[in-house]
Amino acid sequence: MNFIPPDFAPASSEIFMLIMVCVVMLADLTAGDNRRYVAYLLTQVTLLGCAVLTFVSFSTEVKQTFYGMYVDDAMADILKLMVYGTVSAVLVYSHSYISDRGLLKGEFFSLILFATLGMMVMISASHFLTLYIGLELLSLSLYALVALRRDSIVATEAAMKFFVLGALASGFLLYGMSMVYGATGTLHVSQLAQIIQSEASSKEVLVVGLVFIVAGISFKLSAAPFHMWAPDVYQGAPTAITLFIGSAPKFAAFGFVMRLLIEGLGEMVSDWQGMLVILAILSMAVGNIAAIAQTNIKRMLAYSTISHMGFLLLGFISADSNGYSSALFYVIAYVLMTLGTFAMIMLLCRSGFEAENINDFKGLSKRNSWYAFVTLLLMLSLAGIPPMIGFYAKFSVLQAVVNAGYIWLAVAAVLFSLIGAFYYLRIIKLMYFDEPENTEVLTPNNDVKILLSANGFAVLALGIFPQALMSLSLYAIQNSM
Amino acid sequence: MSFQDILFYIFSAILVVSALGVITVRNPVNSALLLVLAFVTCAGLWLLLEAEFLAIALVLVYVGAVMVLFLFVVMMLDINLDRLREGFWKWFPFGAVVALIMVAEMSMVLMGKYFGLEEMPVPRSQDADYSNTRELGRLIYTEYVYAFELAAVLLLVAMVAAIALTLRHREDKKSPNPSKQVKVRKEDRLRIVTMPAEKRE
Repeated sequence: MNFIPPDFAPASSEIFMLIMVCVVMLADLTAGDNRRYVAYLLTQVTLLGCAVLTFVSFSTEVKQTFYGMYVDDAMADILKLMVYGTVSAVLVYSHSYISDRGLLKGEFFSLILFATLGMMVMISASHFLTLYIGLELLSLSLYALVALRRDSIVATEAAMKFFVLGALASGFLLYGMSMVYGATGTLHVSQLAQIIQSEASSKEVLVVGLVFIVAGISFKLSAAPFHMWAPDVYQGAPTAITLFIGSAPKFAAFGFVMRLLIEGLGEMVSDWQGMLVILAILSMAVGNIAAIAQTNIKRMLAYSTISHMGFLLLGFISADSNGYSSALFYVIAYVLMTLGTFAMIMLLCRSGFEAENINDFKGLSKRNSWYAFVTLLLMLSLAGIPPMIGFYAKFSVLQAVVNAGYIWLAVAAVLFSLIGAFYYLRIIKLMYFDEPENTEVLTPNNDVKILLSANGFAVLALGIFPQALMSLSLYAIQNSM
Repeated sequence: MSFQDILFYIFSAILVVSALGVITVRNPVNSALLLVLAFVTCAGLWLLLEAEFLAIALVLVYVGAVMVLFLFVVMMLDINLDRLREGFWKWFPFGAVVALIMVAEMSMVLMGKYFGLEEMPVPRSQDADYSNTRELGRLIYTEYVYAFELAAVLLLVAMVAAIALTLRHREDKKSPNPSKQVKVRKEDRLRIVTMPAEKRE
């Protein structure tokens, strides 16, 4: 029996992350209750270290290791770098919020790092088994994070719903994968494409598997009609956790769809295209129309997420590298906007007071004109109004859809985003034309102040000069297909 | 019909009946016990498939450990059956229609031509000295080592999450602290009082 050890080098960032999670847990155990800063700093150092490792081992070609279970390519590296940046920003934004609410525990950081590890595994998976385990690693950490605030009934209820529906979605996904395995006899993503191409497998079984896989994916993406959990979880979870759920995992979900649907089942494009059209149009309709009726800002943003996921799916529908790169651009733009918006909500919270109502934004311009301006930029971007990044993201996705010949779909998307503009503009109206209900001065820490301003600036600057980011997205897709 | 075929049909029949029982019986304890039966018969089927190690692991892990713990939990919780069944008949027609459609669709694919004996022939039985335990061990630590290690991480996450969600530091607890007890010095416990000697009457 001869054994060739796998090449560990491409997975160096995952290995480093796993070691550091254990270090963070142990360091927090010995640091004691009054020195939680240790865990926070170690977490940031971990993310920085992973970023350095990923950057140094940046691969321009597709590298496989661990017997074809792990793949490292340009798309994986770029997505991972985005994930590190996002998680790091989430931690900066939420630091004072969680310490005010007694959530600043070592488990908070270790669970966030475990979730990040799950995302990295998903992004670099080239085997159904690793795709699934990565997804479960991410989901389990998220369920625990939502429930972390044990004394809150809303949070516990949200965690329960999230867990039960998430488990159901995992069941769907696994059932679909087992069908695909039954039809093709392989779990390797790259072999799968070859076998389907050679038409050695029965098409009907594959299609049934595909239906279950697409249903499972749309659960995880919170695309309608599988979106029911999103508003409850967004509302019930502590805002810092909502920010985390709403931001970084979207990169992982993008990677997951790319690996599973495009690389693995890309030969069945004519079958999943129709399913994605239905999902996209339903998501845009449900998301934009239901958001109008919401008075809770977190719930409203959950519906906004659903509609944005609809737009994201539009990018996949065109099924060419232009479409995929515009979808990647959309994810980056969306995460940037979500980070800023939830950071603003947390800025309005104080200890003992949760800013959850859209009325909490009333008269923000009179309390602090700079943050009102940043929120203005973010809301305009979410609504897709030029020259913000949100406009260009929508524009490029729609362009891809039109090129694929779905003109009616593009028209519908524009109509729904017009409806959606109402509830974003309502926030702007509340900020600039209404009187403030409380006149307390906002006093964020310096790091939050700088990062939030940079975030708002990025939304504007990347909207005016989108070319660099767009070519980065195109590079990521073209070098990994 | 060979002896193996007869065994297969017996095990399958018990498995299907007990699995149906799990979801239809009223009492949760009976339901859990029926699940144990389902696991045991399933292990029997796996033995017929020459997966001896997995069959024994199923009995040891699921029947021996997981289900026993599960039974303890079910017995200790006071589950109100009437509240669980609330709204069952209200949603029954809707659920039944969805379930029927799914069963029909899935049986159209799963039965008949796609998974018949022509498509998936019976695998050749292995020699007597073939050890599937060794094969399993070899695969887990070579080809599937990445997934295997990640599964271990998954268990670690479950542990961290379970502790984070249930551990409470109570302020008013009366348990002794051994490290404080060891560090105690004579001065902490003992006070020497000097008193002037008193004359005897």
